[in-house]
Amino acid sequence: MKKIYVLLFLLAGNLLLQAQEIKVYEKFDAFQKEVLKANDTIYVINFCATWCGPCIKELPHFEKLHTDNKKVKVILVSLDSRKDLEKKLIPFVKKKKITAEVLLLSDKDYNTWLPKIDKNWSGSIPATLILMGKQQLFAETDFESYEQLNTFVTSFIHPNN
Amino acid sequence: MKVLSLLIFFFSSLFVGETTVSTGYQPGDKATDFKLKGVDGKMVSMSDYKDAKGFIVVFTCNTCPFAVKYENRINDLAKKYKKQGYVLLAINPNDPAVQPDDTYELMQAKAKDKKFAFPYLVDEGQKIYPQYGATKTPHVFLLDKNLVVHYIGAIDDNVDDASAVKEKYLENAIAALDKGEAPSPAVTKAIGCSIKAKKKS
Repeated sequence: MKKIYVLLFLLAGNLLLQAQEIKVYEKFDAFQKEVLKANDTIYVINFCATWCGPCIKELPHFEKLHTDNKKVKVILVSLDSRKDLEKKLIPFVKKKKITAEVLLLSDKDYNTWLPKIDKNWSGSIPATLILMGKQQLFAETDFESYEQLNTFVTSFIHPNN
Repeated sequence: MKVLSLLIFFFSSLFVGETTVSTGYQPGDKATDFKLKGVDGKMVSMSDYKDAKGFIVVFTCNTCPFAVKYENRINDLAKKYKKQGYVLLAINPNDPAVQPDDTYELMQAKAKDKKFAFPYLVDEGQKIYPQYGATKTPHVFLLDKNLVVHYIGAIDDNVDDASAVKEKYLENAIAALDKGEAPSPAVTKAIGCSIKAKKKS
């Protein structure tokens, strides 16, 4: 009996270690300060949500970019509700075995913050922002293949090729 | 070369996306009337409402999480503004072949279940929403009695929590229209699910 407890304990500990911590930003300003102002590398920031079909479809391409391309840092920004963190977002990240960084931006005042990402953003997702210092490239579209995403990223890194 | 052609394909697809976004009404344009079937089987047009001071046209649907979160608010708006002479008409623009949650039968069930106090209409053949330039559910258009557009966009600034709303864009616009003033803002970004268009064969 004791053995089972030890086993369960180990198993639980193991699961906890594997699951990534999802940082929550309730206000856009905090997200902007911490994520958008970072300039240590090239950031590929994908805005998505667990309820967004096309986002889920293109997710594997971003996961592959994260594992294959060490020149960029992939961040998946979920626009789910704060109250859906435990019951939807965390189980989703676990189920899809996402290893790229996931964070939750739950600021619902979209009309205030969307234009700060790109003034032409209509508000649809998926949308993707590539960022390096003050340079940025934004696309309000989904990527149908990894190749398409990779081409987009490459066009940012080597604009003349 | 392959990269280049992919790149061209990518940007051309972007371009297509942008051109579709830029069409549709702007404040000041005159909107088209329509004749659409409601969940009670009756055909509804704006011209049926001879005494209306204006119209709140809401493109919405059955199961988009944003539409669902706004359901009760849309219902409350319909009741509140009916008394003031403004008619709220909801139009479901989605193609049920693409979004099976939006069939006519499920619209009827939704309207009954949520006790919709407004006509819930089908955009059969998807002819109306592109003329308006609606892209999301929900997406609202405020028209005066002559069908001139006064406000386009979101209902308010907090989809998740009606009690945490700071700016009621639509209600402020109705108040402005009622006073004969121009709403400010007259356009906001409608946040929601993309309208499900018929797949091209």
